[in-house]
Amino acid sequence: MKVAVLRFPGTNCEFDTEYAFKKLGHDVAIVWHNDNALPDGIDLVVVPGGFSYGDYLRSGSIARFAPVMKSVSQYASKGGKVLGICNGFQILTEAGLLPGALKRNTNLHFISKYQHLKVVNNNNAFLNQYQAGDMLYVPIAHADGNYYIDDAGLEELKINGQILLQYVDSDGNVDSINGSVEAIAGICNKEKNVFGLMPHPERAIEDILGSKDGIKMLQGFIS
Amino acid sequence: MSAIENIESVLKSHKLSPAEYEHIKEILHREPNIVEIGIFSAMWSEHCSYKSSKKYLNGFPTKAPWVIQGPGENAGVIDVGDGVAAVFKMESHNHPSYIEPFQGAATGVGGILRDVFTMGARPVANLNSLRFGSIKGSDNINKYQRHLVRGVVEGIGSYGNCMGVPTVGGEVSFDDSYNGNILVNAFALGLVKHEDIFLGVAKGIGNPVIYVGSKTGRDGLGGAVMSSDSFTEESKSLRPTVQVGDPFTEKLLLEACLELFATDHVVGIQDMGAAGLTSSSFEMAGKTGAGMIMNLDKVPAREEGMSPYDFMLSESQERMLICAKQGSEQAIIDIFEKWGLDAAVIGEVTDTGRMELFWYGEKCADMPIAPVSEEAPILDRPTLRPSYLDAVNAKNISDYPVVTNQEAFEKLLSSLEVVDKAWIYEQYDSMVQTNTIKRPGSLDASVIRIKQNDKAIAMSADCNPRYCYIDPFKGAALAVIESGRNVAMSGARPLAITDCLNFGNPENPEVMWQFAQACEGIKEACATLNTPVVSGNVSLYNETNGVSVFPTPAIAMVGLNDDCNKVLQSSFQKEGNTLLMVGQTKGEFGGSLYIKELFGETTGKIGEIDYTTELRLWDFVINANKKGLLESAKDLGMGGVAIALAKMSAISGLGVEANIKLNNTNEIFDESQSRAVFEVAPEHVNDVVKMASDLGLHIDAIGSIKGDNFTLNDVSMTVKQLQSIYFDTFKKTIEQDL
Repeated sequence: MKVAVLRFPGTNCEFDTEYAFKKLGHDVAIVWHNDNALPDGIDLVVVPGGFSYGDYLRSGSIARFAPVMKSVSQYASKGGKVLGICNGFQILTEAGLLPGALKRNTNLHFISKYQHLKVVNNNNAFLNQYQAGDMLYVPIAHADGNYYIDDAGLEELKINGQILLQYVDSDGNVDSINGSVEAIAGICNKEKNVFGLMPHPERAIEDILGSKDGIKMLQGFIS
Repeated sequence: MSAIENIESVLKSHKLSPAEYEHIKEILHREPNIVEIGIFSAMWSEHCSYKSSKKYLNGFPTKAPWVIQGPGENAGVIDVGDGVAAVFKMESHNHPSYIEPFQGAATGVGGILRDVFTMGARPVANLNSLRFGSIKGSDNINKYQRHLVRGVVEGIGSYGNCMGVPTVGGEVSFDDSYNGNILVNAFALGLVKHEDIFLGVAKGIGNPVIYVGSKTGRDGLGGAVMSSDSFTEESKSLRPTVQVGDPFTEKLLLEACLELFATDHVVGIQDMGAAGLTSSSFEMAGKTGAGMIMNLDKVPAREEGMSPYDFMLSESQERMLICAKQGSEQAIIDIFEKWGLDAAVIGEVTDTGRMELFWYGEKCADMPIAPVSEEAPILDRPTLRPSYLDAVNAKNISDYPVVTNQEAFEKLLSSLEVVDKAWIYEQYDSMVQTNTIKRPGSLDASVIRIKQNDKAIAMSADCNPRYCYIDPFKGAALAVIESGRNVAMSGARPLAITDCLNFGNPENPEVMWQFAQACEGIKEACATLNTPVVSGNVSLYNETNGVSVFPTPAIAMVGLNDDCNKVLQSSFQKEGNTLLMVGQTKGEFGGSLYIKELFGETTGKIGEIDYTTELRLWDFVINANKKGLLESAKDLGMGGVAIALAKMSAISGLGVEANIKLNNTNEIFDESQSRAVFEVAPEHVNDVVKMASDLGLHIDAIGSIKGDNFTLNDVSMTVKQLQSIYFDTFKKTIEQDL
């Protein structure tokens, strides 16, 4: 698989993402925000975590105007797969590639910890190696992860099976740790080729760091 | 250049003495102008010149085969194998953080990160060591202290998180002695290949001097001088002297610098920290004996109407000064423009040995560099053994009423120094860069993997100010020992320290005595344990209205584990495993948490330090871990074996059944040194006992991991209750007024 990882000023998870995909045997190209085109022959675009443009004004709000994002939108509109992690999720909602918005966590603090997640829907490229109901353990690290969508939008997400992951406690009970509507941790678009989540699967691929649950997520895109 | 009117008041506002003024005139052979006064004042401030402390810092052990760069550069450097070096330093940002906690702490982190990446290293880990006053209670002081905790934590998080550097651990404690002066010490560590280390030097006549990074504003004007004075009620009006941080710009500066370092354009580079352009330019030229010309009108400015004085003394953040090779100017400017940063050629290296400053072509300062940077007055301040010591040393545990162990346990367990600080560390991204093996909250040292060679670096910041208060010499030595022991408990060999020496007013002979004693204690411990000092920082004048803080020499130890897959955790791993305790319990309660929490006092004496046993303990845990004989390890410190086992139990959710034979029942809270507990699988117990005994260490089986209850001698509690106290107390305390 050939993966393009975007790099904006202030991105800080691009090398973690590169390391994870390379460790899993894939090719990675880091793409500068000012580039007007994505590399040829790619299988996946990842918008990684960090603080693009300092997250000043609003998380992800400036990055969506970067030249490279035009190419990403075009790529997605042709069915190309796009994955936004953390700040990448925020950027994709700001760019209109994913529905909803990410607000400040309800406790107003940055939250960094290992978090239990539940797979809600596996009928998609991202989570096809998991079963619905599977429990995962993956790091989160964000200040603006409070997912919001209006009732009509939420209904649509449910009907289309777009809710992918929920935050849960260690017993598997839904637990909205940051205020997210229905404890949503990750979603996809209606066409199921654009994915966004606040947790960091690229940080969960090695036992010595605490979890390997991210491997099947990243590997899901092979198929 | 015009002479100064009303020189007395100018000297006073620059904290220069009449004697220093005479010395300045001798150096210049004339009267200084205001720019020159400003420069002398900054360079000779306590903060920049170490004039009170230098006498005692001389003689720190600084060498070992693995030390690549000792003190004197932006940060220390040690070898961590396979051509990789670790660059690290700890620094204080105490005064600014008390005045404006968010920005003070944030820029403290920004400053220490610049110290590390200016040497060519990519920062890979942050720690911090924080001291606050009392945050319990409803007095205005308590409320203000809670405000400070919230601000400092948010400030540290905002900067480190945005930089993408994980904050992997730290320590925080609380004592009334910090009510008027909190301590905010930030540590950063970076990795670099040996051949890619850069130094802060300017050389090569005609080489350009290039300013990069943020524009200069008036923020932080006179910050170094401010930090060189004690506090009064009016100090909060000094807010404008606190710098304002912009972590996004620093992230850009980091990436631009690393991109630049991969070229061969750079001769030397220095960050602009305290005293900004003044200290960076004088230090770079001072190290080589070169001279320098700078055109201050070429410095990128944030606002109009700034004077040469402002440019030289501003402490605006996120700036660097580069000495480049001739002809590389445009290539360097291009790199910084790519990252959206200013870069301007502002001067060049000369052979005059003088700093010549120009303002639109007119000379506005002309000073010999060596005397300014090297002839700062070295003071031999009077010292006097503090009068409080006799009284506090005379008391011992038998002078206090008897308390049941159960009552004492409940009180100590809920002490803010003991309980989990998730409320703090969850605000820090601790896992970015995907190397964090041992995270904050996991007790003892923090550990990161080195991706370049699959080894691991363990680090721990420690100091028990109560020990230092009752015995500054031994207290400081014990800070070195404890940080080393924490590192060893993860299976790593302790290699070197950085220190941050926080003390009160040096003009008080009793404070100066504490400082001198603590330095001697550090020297003894570092020499004996073979862990040299490679970098450090001194923060004096931590005094408000005449009250000085407890002597607080914070030590951060860095060690190396040869295998990142063999990092030892410090909480219980598995039910059924045996608990072994190594070391002797001698009835030590001097400066103990027990006396503090139960009786509100800091009293007693520190026992003899046994370096031989300490080193054997380190050897034991490192070697036993290499052989795969240990499941977890934890040093015994504050609150003794009872608190150590309780923490391990709370974190793992596993119960304990333990019984220890002691001379006095309360010795489950004793703080004797050179002790640790180990979790060992039943089949390895004999091997482990033999190994320890062969090393001459005292080892006892004290119990096992079992059930849902914590039971130690006459103390018992359900693990559930233990966890609720351990995990909930801090949040309840800190959020009580929200």
